[in-house]
Amino acid sequence: MCSYIVEKARLLGSAKGPNGWMRIDTANVYYDHPFHASLDHALGIDFINEADGGRDRVAVELSAASARELVAKILAALASGEVEHGKAVHHAAATAE
Amino acid sequence: MTYESMLAETIAFRGHKGDVGEAYYARPLGGSLPGVVLIHHMPGWDEWIKEVARKLAHHGLATIAPHLYFREGPGSPDDVGARVRAAGGVADEQVLGDVSGATEYLRTQPYANGKVGVIGFCSGGRHAYLAACSLDGIDAAVDCWGGNVIVDDPKQLNAKRPVAPIDLTAKLRCPLLGLFGNDDENPNRDQVNRTEAVLKKLGKTYEFHRYDGAGHAFFNAARPAYRPEQALDGWNKVFAFFHKHLAKAAATRAA
Repeated sequence: MCSYIVEKARLLGSAKGPNGWMRIDTANVYYDHPFHASLDHALGIDFINEADGGRDRVAVELSAASARELVAKILAALASGEVEHGKAVHHAAATAE
Repeated sequence: MTYESMLAETIAFRGHKGDVGEAYYARPLGGSLPGVVLIHHMPGWDEWIKEVARKLAHHGLATIAPHLYFREGPGSPDDVGARVRAAGGVADEQVLGDVSGATEYLRTQPYANGKVGVIGFCSGGRHAYLAACSLDGIDAAVDCWGGNVIVDDPKQLNAKRPVAPIDLTAKLRCPLLGLFGNDDENPNRDQVNRTEAVLKKLGKTYEFHRYDGAGHAFFNAARPAYRPEQALDGWNKVFAFFHKHLAKAAATRAA
């Protein structure tokens, strides 16, 4: 069944879509029937700039296993990257924006 | 040789509160035609729903599939659908207004036979059930695996979806066909059984068909859930149901 459940993550960053780079402030995350992926259900993420109305998005539809793999790899990349580059510097940079 | 022809196109229709939106409309050419309003599922007005419109037209039904999210456009249907999802979906009242407008569009065509059915898939199945209980002028309704007809958790009711469709069953005004996969989780077997019990208790005209080896959305050939044998049988049930209940209005009117 289609669901209306959406988890919202507040973000600071950019995403590249059909019109080039844009700032994003939100990721809408859901698990439902996909529009494109050949899956019965997919983990969807829409990266948007809600402050600008959220009309443009960068979207992905992933299988549940892929989504979990992605989560693990994001955490792994952050862990090793922060060792390499230093945690405090990046937090400071993000806050400065 | 039998000549066949069909016209499929985007048209404008007047929906809830008189708003003008777009719809996909497919009809065979020639003859006196019954009409069907086809309600898409939550992700949006997609390619599959347009295929279904043409399929229904192929079987003699003038079929209109309103883009229920047109107010959030312009944009591609998937992007518009994403905006609607982020906003918590569309209100039942608005959907019913749009379905009513689409019904009116069908009735006013010069070749209309005066009968109109409604069919919906997934959340659209729920909307079809709602429409059959809420709108005048619907002669037959098909609910394909609509979830949340029964709402077990009251927290799921909100301003946009204030009433569980099952609670409106006493107002059901037309025959209802329900198709369900026994492996579906929403609606699950127990919910389908409870819906049928209410229909039976209230003396409503209905047909429910349950399919083993099928889950949710088993008509959709683009998804792993597709079950060709069950889908073929289900489609035949849909066509038989519509042809039974949407025929002969022209003769009735002429009389």
